[in-house]
Amino acid sequence: MAAASASSAAASAPDFPDIAVVATAQTPAHARYDGPEVHLIMDCVDQLLASTGLSRDGIDFTIAGSCDYLSGMPFAFVTNVDGMGAWPPVYESHVEMDGAWALFEAWLRLQVGDVDTAMVVGSGRSSPCNAREVFHLQADPYAVAPLGLDPDALAGIQARSLIDAGLASESDFAAVVARSRAAAAANPMAQVQASGAVAVADLLAEPYDMAPLRAHDVAPPADGAAAVIIATAERARELTDRPVWIRGIDHRIESHHPGLRDLTDSASVRTAAATLGIGPAAGGGGGGEGADPDGGGTAGLDVAELHVTHAHEEIILRSALGLDDSVEVNPSGGPLGGNPVMATGLIRVIEAADRIASGRARRAVAHASSGPALQQNLLCLLEGDG
Amino acid sequence: MARPCAVVGIGQTLYRRRRGDVSLDGLVREAALAALTDAELTFADVDAVVIGKAPDALEGVIMPELSLCDALGAVGKPIHRVHTAGSVGASTAISAAVLVESGRYDTVLTVAYEKQSEGNATWALSGGRSGGQAAGGTFAPWIREYIRRSGAPEHIGWLVAVKDRLNAVKNPYSHLRIPDITVEKVRESPMLWDPIHFLESCPSSDGAAAMVLAGGERARRSARPAWVLGHAKRTEITTFPGRDTVRPRAGVECAAALYASVGITDPRRQIDAAELYVPFSWYEPMWLEGHLIAEEGEGWKMTDSGATALDGDFPVNCSGGVLSSNPIGASGMIRCLEAANQVRGTAGDYQVDGARVALAHAYGGAAQYFAMWIVGSSLDVLA
Repeated sequence: MAAASASSAAASAPDFPDIAVVATAQTPAHARYDGPEVHLIMDCVDQLLASTGLSRDGIDFTIAGSCDYLSGMPFAFVTNVDGMGAWPPVYESHVEMDGAWALFEAWLRLQVGDVDTAMVVGSGRSSPCNAREVFHLQADPYAVAPLGLDPDALAGIQARSLIDAGLASESDFAAVVARSRAAAAANPMAQVQASGAVAVADLLAEPYDMAPLRAHDVAPPADGAAAVIIATAERARELTDRPVWIRGIDHRIESHHPGLRDLTDSASVRTAAATLGIGPAAGGGGGGEGADPDGGGTAGLDVAELHVTHAHEEIILRSALGLDDSVEVNPSGGPLGGNPVMATGLIRVIEAADRIASGRARRAVAHASSGPALQQNLLCLLEGDG
Repeated sequence: MARPCAVVGIGQTLYRRRRGDVSLDGLVREAALAALTDAELTFADVDAVVIGKAPDALEGVIMPELSLCDALGAVGKPIHRVHTAGSVGASTAISAAVLVESGRYDTVLTVAYEKQSEGNATWALSGGRSGGQAAGGTFAPWIREYIRRSGAPEHIGWLVAVKDRLNAVKNPYSHLRIPDITVEKVRESPMLWDPIHFLESCPSSDGAAAMVLAGGERARRSARPAWVLGHAKRTEITTFPGRDTVRPRAGVECAAALYASVGITDPRRQIDAAELYVPFSWYEPMWLEGHLIAEEGEGWKMTDSGATALDGDFPVNCSGGVLSSNPIGASGMIRCLEAANQVRGTAGDYQVDGARVALAHAYGGAAQYFAMWIVGSSLDVLA
């Protein structure tokens, strides 16, 4: 089994170098940003260089995540390297995935041992396109895409399956939205800025969009970028007083065919969590490499930043991660408060890391997702010094 | 330090203008199963999958890892997707090698593909606009500038086209098979983008390529490992007045970093075979120079003298190269696996006798993305 083999590979090689997030940056989640995407990236890169005091050539490896289709232009990512400052030439790569997966590759790259710093970027502008029309092309092109099933429609089916299984109600969805919006109000980067509290009853009075989901249950796509610098331990100590250690990253995918999955659960999150030594299987003090030596509730997690683009997903993710009420979920407001597609997952890592760096949390899990109905999921376990 | 990584399995599909007999899933699975069979492994042995392809718009499927994960046996595992323009096939191989070298993953399946018959590559290569100049139109002025600088005679491009197509006849997977090709036929073929004739251009192909990479015990136990001795990537920005598009600095620095990392000081002597990304004939001499194998202005003389032929002292594209098979997203990975074929001694009729060190290379974008690796028949072959 994959989880077992990855865990045993990790267990047999205990000398992995420590890697830390040393600086983070993000733009606001703009409902519509009329400048070029490269400008959003430059804003983040400039912030990172300023906060670390690094010059561009002080970064050994650069990697970005974006999606050509959002711009409607094959090779759109090519112009993004201008914003990353690729002159003189840089050691660089790109994934056609959320920036969180770029972080995964950068984290592995630093473990090889010959490079010490990496810059990771996630960016996207959703406003030029109709995201639902575009992302329906993620589906299997032969059997599923012709049905017109876009991610929001599949999310509606998933939400319905939760209700049918007796695992959640529409009020639960509304409660997720209300709490996310209240939190987003305190986040200057958020796109959805509620004017005061939103009552569950008011949300439930709104009409359905993809029943049982309502428009406010769906994170509105935004324009934005985010970036981090990570470094090996010694370099991290030089670059910041508050390194946030990456204790593990794992990601897993589930079948592309919704009919072959239990939509009420997230098998891939459970596997990734077990690999990192968190989640219900680990029981807080479990044997994985990320296990909290102090034990305690929910593997000692203080915060979980979850890639919830449809309200019901939070309920599935809480269950798969075994989160109890002691863990603060999406204190940033989460993607329901701001969803710059292709940066949204990386921003979960940033929000979690920022809370640790500022002393408001010691241990956190960040989650990123790709594909319809939580098909592919990434977990990043973060920890502060103290 | 990096844990050693070896290519322990290689798989390819037949490259054709149109593989109407398989779906996208069937295409990638064909290559993946061939690589696993070659490695004497099954999907169950794989810890992670890394896929690559050129723009999603070529087939109209966004983030195809989502729909291909079942066909690639990746359900329940990590699947990672690389996209670095034309260099992507080699970048994907390098990303997969990093997974192994990190020590976190023992056995990684990497697959790159393109099914160009599903879309319109010229449209996509023109940034999704109609009436674009496509790749040939982009590169032709730079080739003309190379000819001006180097004083190369015009038949150099024709020689490359003939050599690579004759090599391709020896490769059972090749798309183009033109056994009766001659310099005269190349010269008389239609001019597409001066000085590039039709027969000096790469085809549009359907196909997939795959490798199984392994570290630790599995690599050591492999019957035929090709050890990844080193790899390098460099990227530079698209355009500005000081950029040398004929001899891009990123290409020079990529090669220099690669050679330094493995202890190569004289690439022409120390490398036994090279698979260079040559989509238009003139890029053979241009990359010989741009990647420090020949002195500036001297690359075309290697081609002219027959040094780059299968029986020359620096054989280039013995497999037939991109000029003979070009499923864009896979073309860079094919360079990587053909280099591995040479040092494993599994290159069949296009085997270079006694090859122990081989170079693979791919480039992309406006000649601004470079990805290269060097494989060896043993870890200490360059010691």
